[in-house]
Amino acid sequence: MSQSYNRGLIEDFGRWKEFSAGMWAWIFHKFTGWMLIGYLFTHIAVLSSAITGPEAYTNTIQGLESLFIIRVLEVGLLAVAVFHILNGLRLLMVDLGVGLEAQDKSFYASLVLTAIITIASVPTFMDGVTL
Amino acid sequence: MSTQQQQPETQEAPEDPEMKGAESPVDEKEKEGGDIDQQTTPEPELEGETVHIKVFRYDPEVEGKQEPRFDDFHVPFKKGMTVLDAVMYARDTYDSSLTFRHSCRQAVCGSDAFFVNGKQRLGCKTQIADLEQPIRIEPLPHQEVVKDLVVDMDHFYDQMHTVEPYFQNEDTPDASDLEEQRQSRENREKVKMSTRCIWCGACMSSCNIAAGDNEYLGPAAINKAYKFAMDDREPEDVKEHRLRILEQEHGVWRCQTQFSCTEVCPKDIPLTEHIQELKREAVKKNLKFW
Repeated sequence: MSQSYNRGLIEDFGRWKEFSAGMWAWIFHKFTGWMLIGYLFTHIAVLSSAITGPEAYTNTIQGLESLFIIRVLEVGLLAVAVFHILNGLRLLMVDLGVGLEAQDKSFYASLVLTAIITIASVPTFMDGVTL
Repeated sequence: MSTQQQQPETQEAPEDPEMKGAESPVDEKEKEGGDIDQQTTPEPELEGETVHIKVFRYDPEVEGKQEPRFDDFHVPFKKGMTVLDAVMYARDTYDSSLTFRHSCRQAVCGSDAFFVNGKQRLGCKTQIADLEQPIRIEPLPHQEVVKDLVVDMDHFYDQMHTVEPYFQNEDTPDASDLEEQRQSRENREKVKMSTRCIWCGACMSSCNIAAGDNEYLGPAAINKAYKFAMDDREPEDVKEHRLRILEQEHGVWRCQTQFSCTEVCPKDIPLTEHIQELKREAVKKNLKFW
């Protein structure tokens, strides 16, 4: 057994089509978590424009909110946050040992809920913005 | 991605109904690459329904087999046929160099865990009829391949032994009076599922965390530890000793509840549940309110 063959990536993300619910939940949870951390930094950057004065802050916010892309990103942010919250609750149940046999169903439920909440939020977020 | 798998398979002449002449030296066949379809070997017509399997082949000791590839076999289908039956037929009939582990053929010995159609399964417990064809049979992922479907299990066994998988009790009854150490029905019920482990290694192979962290005990070893940690015949200090092993950095806390192990376990052991319970035990042991 001097040599053996390392199958590398074939064993991991190359297999994404074969992932099960729990695996997807884990990947989405990591992904949304990093997105939220990234958002925190931009959030701090926007808020710190208030250091120069109230006008600067108002101008920054109004300038950003008039951009179509920012509105789209806000919808995305909501989706990411809602999924992270819902899956976080699911993980809390898993940690408490409640309903482990239904963990896949609760993952699907959090996906569906996220989709519903996100779609319902679109009219509010897109209000009065032009392309 | 899966390029390495597809390449060799195209050389392997897609529709040739199997290396009927596979008894000939393997090296020779290998060097010729895709020439096999020219052979005029008389093909024993397979009657009735056949099963198409693609088997991972690799042998570091034979030149020409060092590059992993897939071999196609068509084996006659029989009702109740398992994946193990199919590879055994392929080995016995077409290519005697096809290598894999198997022993009891009834899901007790745990030798024949393969990666079948993208999932860790026991060959002897997986019905051909339940699978989509062609059936892709590979060695367990995240373990080094020794040859064909045989993987190196040393690391898995090392992890199993780390958790001291044996009953420990200082004050055993005198051998002379032949007294038994009875376990209560309730306690037996509690550890029942965890006793089913057959050391096949499917869970460890499916675990993403174990793949990335070689020191992680892995689901099977933690489940083994659960069996003894939850056994109330063991004294309290032994349980504490067990938890000290489990609560280390590469112990229970590495589990990120992906549920991959629970999903693939051929004995349906609720592995994630057991790991989670041990996490709570570890917290309870260390948490003090004063």
